Amino acid sequence: MVWDWIPRNLGMIGGLLGEHVVLALLPVLIGLVLAVPIGWAAAGNRALRGVLVPAASVLYTIPSLALFIVLPAIIGTRILDPLNVVVALTIYTVALLVRSVADALGAVPSMVVAAATAMGYRPGRRFVSVELPLAVPVLVAGLRVAAVSNISLVSVGALIGVGGLGQLFTDGYQRNFPLEILTGIVMVLLLALVVDGLLVLIGRVSTPWTRVGANA
Amino acid sequence: MNALFSWLADPAHWSGSAGIPARLVEHLWYSVLALALGAVVALPIGALVGHGRRGGFLIVGSANGMRALPELGLLTLLVLLMGIGLLPVTLALAVLAIPPLLAGTYSGVRNVDPGAVDAARGMGMREWQVLFKVELPNALPLILGGLRGAALQVIATAAVAAYVSFGGLGRFLIDGLRTRDYPQMAAGAVLVAVLALVVEGLLALLQRAIVSPGLRGGGRRSPTVTVGRPAPAPANPEPVPVREPAGAEP
Repeated sequence: MVWDWIPRNLGMIGGLLGEHVVLALLPVLIGLVLAVPIGWAAAGNRALRGVLVPAASVLYTIPSLALFIVLPAIIGTRILDPLNVVVALTIYTVALLVRSVADALGAVPSMVVAAATAMGYRPGRRFVSVELPLAVPVLVAGLRVAAVSNISLVSVGALIGVGGLGQLFTDGYQRNFPLEILTGIVMVLLLALVVDGLLVLIGRVSTPWTRVGANA
Repeated sequence: MNALFSWLADPAHWSGSAGIPARLVEHLWYSVLALALGAVVALPIGALVGHGRRGGFLIVGSANGMRALPELGLLTLLVLLMGIGLLPVTLALAVLAIPPLLAGTYSGVRNVDPGAVDAARGMGMREWQVLFKVELPNALPLILGGLRGAALQVIATAAVAAYVSFGGLGRFLIDGLRTRDYPQMAAGAVLVAVLALVVEGLLALLQRAIVSPGLRGGGRRSPTVTVGRPAPAPANPEPVPVREPAGAEP
């Protein structure tokens, strides 16, 4: 039976799934950590924003396969190094989030910022405990797009030998075995669905005031 | 880097059916076919659902779901099931073009100023006239935004088609990878990236050229027409009835 293939290869599929999760989500984490200060700088300075936001969208235009292949020449890694995929996806995540962060921080009402200043918040603490929390909904929206597109893009990495579940596509194609490819597609979709749901949940839990406001 | 430039400068790589111009034309051809197919599916659905103003969550949900579809998997699966040919490649790429086009068309039509739509109905326009003469022209910026996103996705991903023995600029990437010919790979990567950037720029210019001037500057601000100097606002405004009811005057 053809369907036997799935139970017989559960271990391999699980391993690829784990690799896929790391390759897709590690860049989201690193990208978030990098994008918050960059976006903060862009939100505070109009001239800087005029440079950073268009630069980010140009970076986002570079096709993933091209970036996977060109990166080793720029950062000095080997061609088949998983690091290439992580760095490339981090670049996309930063490119996507810088705009979200800048827009979100720009949309924080100036009265709120002024009130926090008047209450004695220093800029650093005001950013962490007032401005950043208010930016969470827009930030989560950006994170969802970044996470889902990273999960889908990792599989392109299979062409350079590092692709998590994407290796089911190249392997299935070479062995002329559609079921293996189908399994990969379903797994990628499920993973995207679960991660997206988790991000929505994190966004809700971390912004309790939005629900209070909606009920009042 | 120098190897990359000498590869690009080699005249042998610029002629023949495997040369850069031929591969570029192939790449654009698949991309245009896929975009056209995607538009044929996405534009009517987005416009009708946006016009009816119902079922939007289905559009947004399915567009997001399709975004997660791994292109390489879809392409290899379709090629295995249908055989190598233009059809599976176009289909797989069209699936990429649909979500941005659908989302752009739907939200463009959905967000047209309801006052303008009511005014059009009040003038006696039929529903299809409302859609074609009012809603679609007003939605053009977002529709074209969707088209730009779709074109970018399709051009970037068309490179993957080379993996299933197809042409296009991806050939340089895949062939270079197989033969460990690094300059060829890098040249392919640079060519695809440059193509994506050029098309993005051209579409941005097109958007500027064909969107009605009244819609520029973003937002849904309706153009205000001022004839002569605007009347100074009264210092102490009193409610003035705009129109006297007929027959009120003796």
